Amino acid sequence: MIDSVEIRPGAYYDSVRLMQASQALQLVPDVEDALVAMGTDLNRELAMDMGFDPGSIGHAGPNDLLVAIRAVDEKAAAAAIQVLESTLAARTEPGAGVFAAPPAHVIGSVAAGANLALISVPGEHAFVEAMDALRHDLSVMVFSDNMPVEQEVVLKKEAERLGLLVMGPDCGTAIVNGVGLGFANVTQPGPVGIVGAAGTGIQQLCCLLDAAGVGVRNALGTGSRDLSVEVGGSSTLRGLEALDADPSTEVLIVVSKPPSPEVAAKVEAAAADCSTPTVLAFLGEEGVTLEGAVGQTLDLAGKPPPVYASWPAVAGDHRPGYLRGLFSGGSLRSEAAVIASGLGMIGHDEHAGGHTLVDFGSDRYTLGRAHPMIDQRLRLQHLEEAAFDPAAGVILLDVVLGHGAHPDPASELAPVIDIARAEGPAVVVSLCGTTDDPQDRERQARLLNEAGASVWLSNAAAARHAVSLTEDGRHE
Amino acid sequence: MAAMSEMRHLLDNEPVVVTAGVEVLTEALEAQSVQVRRTDWKPPPPGTETALATLAAAPAVAEANEIAISRMLECRPHLVGVARAGEVVPGLDDATFLHAGPPLDWESASGPMRGALIGAMVYEALAGTPEEAAARLAAGEIQLSPCHHHQAAGPMAGVISPSMPVLVVEDPEPHRTAYSTLNEGLGKVLRYGAYAPEVIERLRWMERVLGPVLDDALQRTGPVDLRSLIAQALQMGDDGHNRNRAGTSLLLRALGAALVDSDAAPATDRSAVYGFIDSNDHFMLNVVMAVGKLTTDAASGVPNSSLVTAMARNGTEFGIRLSGTGDEWFTAPAPIVDGLFLGSFTAADANPDIGDSAITETIGLGGFAMAAAPAIVGFVGGSAAGAVQRTLAMYEITMAEHPAFQIPILESRGTPTGIDAMLVVRTGVKPQINTGVAGKEPGVGMVGAGLVEAPIECFVDAVKALAGRTIR
Repeated sequence: MIDSVEIRPGAYYDSVRLMQASQALQLVPDVEDALVAMGTDLNRELAMDMGFDPGSIGHAGPNDLLVAIRAVDEKAAAAAIQVLESTLAARTEPGAGVFAAPPAHVIGSVAAGANLALISVPGEHAFVEAMDALRHDLSVMVFSDNMPVEQEVVLKKEAERLGLLVMGPDCGTAIVNGVGLGFANVTQPGPVGIVGAAGTGIQQLCCLLDAAGVGVRNALGTGSRDLSVEVGGSSTLRGLEALDADPSTEVLIVVSKPPSPEVAAKVEAAAADCSTPTVLAFLGEEGVTLEGAVGQTLDLAGKPPPVYASWPAVAGDHRPGYLRGLFSGGSLRSEAAVIASGLGMIGHDEHAGGHTLVDFGSDRYTLGRAHPMIDQRLRLQHLEEAAFDPAAGVILLDVVLGHGAHPDPASELAPVIDIARAEGPAVVVSLCGTTDDPQDRERQARLLNEAGASVWLSNAAAARHAVSLTEDGRHE
Repeated sequence: MAAMSEMRHLLDNEPVVVTAGVEVLTEALEAQSVQVRRTDWKPPPPGTETALATLAAAPAVAEANEIAISRMLECRPHLVGVARAGEVVPGLDDATFLHAGPPLDWESASGPMRGALIGAMVYEALAGTPEEAAARLAAGEIQLSPCHHHQAAGPMAGVISPSMPVLVVEDPEPHRTAYSTLNEGLGKVLRYGAYAPEVIERLRWMERVLGPVLDDALQRTGPVDLRSLIAQALQMGDDGHNRNRAGTSLLLRALGAALVDSDAAPATDRSAVYGFIDSNDHFMLNVVMAVGKLTTDAASGVPNSSLVTAMARNGTEFGIRLSGTGDEWFTAPAPIVDGLFLGSFTAADANPDIGDSAITETIGLGGFAMAAAPAIVGFVGGSAAGAVQRTLAMYEITMAEHPAFQIPILESRGTPTGIDAMLVVRTGVKPQINTGVAGKEPGVGMVGAGLVEAPIECFVDAVKALAGRTIR
């Protein structure tokens, strides 16, 4: 049996709390007796009556906390001290009403108990909130774009130091443990893991895999600049490592626009080190398509490639002219550009003339404006312009469904497609969605199709169709 | 590898997501039945983005704040005695008066500040009449210096002249000292700018009787543990700024026996001292302010720290200091207090905010501990529910919860302690201060009491200055 007496000067607690603490200590196994009280005359006397050494109690004052424990051994005494600390620190969570916490304004204020932050504040403010999240032990998805690259580098270094993950900035899509963040299609969790610097690239992979009956549990976005020389692939490498270690992941896909050569070498080496078979899809390199990456993945998973759904247009004429792509997804645009490369020069912006494939989701079109997957107005305006542009022969559009996206994009697009078809150009739609998406994919396809567009689940198939229409100007 | 296990933690658990920004993305998570904690994010004042990013990026800032706040929380103030200001307050010579708030001169001094300075001239026999006093002050015969530059804090005008008795508050380890005047009571008093003969007479009695008798009592009780005393006062309904009835009573209880059992002064004097303290519910305020000064001085001078170490008003300007920016003040015009007015006084009679007493809020008391003081919420223009909400709001801009100062109705949660200037700028939540209101004309005294919010501009300027000094 050992006696342990401790005096904590100036540690004031109310008597009710101290009685609770004494009671809690007496319930600790192998604790014979315990007193936790302020060192008043009465309490010191009580402790001495309990047989504790007067010499060690004597100097406690009324403003000092007296902790006296009698236990079978040191271990039990130490356990009692732990119980004391938690009892003194414990507080009941305040409930609703008067005691409800007022609204929080910054990430750190409500971080306790969370494991992820989703930040979509304007880009110039995103860094501060993201750092706050990391410092509060949260991994972060930065949906915001227009963050200076120096800040991205600092953010990712800090995440590496703290053992956390930064997805973004400019990360539109992620799936974490089956939960879609940002723009994400509804898929069943499954054996495929994705690491991607390409938002709509991830979405297209998920939709095509879903069509093949294969699910995705995790798709970790990395942000569009992750594989640049400055950032060095930090999030891609960390994401790969994490998914490789995840026992539920059987096949890995890395999707990105082509990285700088030295970063590509790092990613290739990391992929080779993975014990999980890994497909690399650097979109923009010759012959690399999302559809192709899905084919390789299905091959590794031992599944046959499906015939992807399509909704062909009713036969009709279209005037000859240039291909005009109006995209909301950068990766979908890139895949289309790979497929259309046979047409020759392809412009990036709406003023270029000739064949153009424009990404309305890129920074310069989204500064101070919502993403075209949420707000379609800018794209609708350009669609209408293309309809009346006699040089436009084929219009290629993407329509992205899923969480975060416009609730009913086809209802806005169909009337303008109808006008376009009346004016002359053909309209081809790449419809990126799954049957479980909240927008009702079948209805979206039908509305677009009824307006005169040919609709394709595979973006590559849509692009091939658009290119073929452009090349031969044949009647549809 | 530690890094890996953390990431697995992300992948192995149901996401619990904190969101800031686009509402539709938060709704998409809720549609998936994900646990979401949303923030009501608002952009910080324009022009602060770079400074905030610089400070957020610097690991030195977070480390410095850890150091500064732990010094604040560990401070152990004890009331050890009462002494003549001129003998103990550093730098207070015979030609210097101290005042509340950031630096000011006679020209820019407000009515109550001028009144208090005039009163101090008469009290020190440096002028025969108020007119003569004003002339000498205008001529610059007396050096004016902020209390805050001399380890001191004074309520309202906060004037400390060399002959005044001051409370001596000490932390034994590491050894530090801070000072404050003795509270004169309510009504016509020097700190509100009154200088009538009865005001001067009371000051002389305080010097002759109150100070020595209290000091004698303290020498015999030994140091009074103020951390513990304030902790108990909060449990008894004080906020430490506008309500000090419990703290005053506890202090008097601690000194009672020594006041009775003394031959240092006649019984009539000792009785008068007891009665003076007993009749003044604010006697403890000045003690709490000395505690505040001791505590904030302990946390001062940590390079890179954004901890607020002073909020003080001189009746003309509101000023703050940060631990990481040394002695620099960041000021804005002092706001007008939103409150209740005594008798026939109105807001038109009110002087802009004045006094060092916001040092109590700087250490998490006063307006920050409003939930502890339901008895005075009416006086400061709110409901008991509103008081709880005000305290809860302060947790978002503070670094810690005080381990000893607890609020019973919040399940004994520690008071929100240690204002982070970065969080004030980021959240737009302004520190709220419980305070008295001085009449704007000299000699009028107290006209009301209420709530005031610290001006955001001070915090914006302070954050920019700190960012300018921070090593990237």
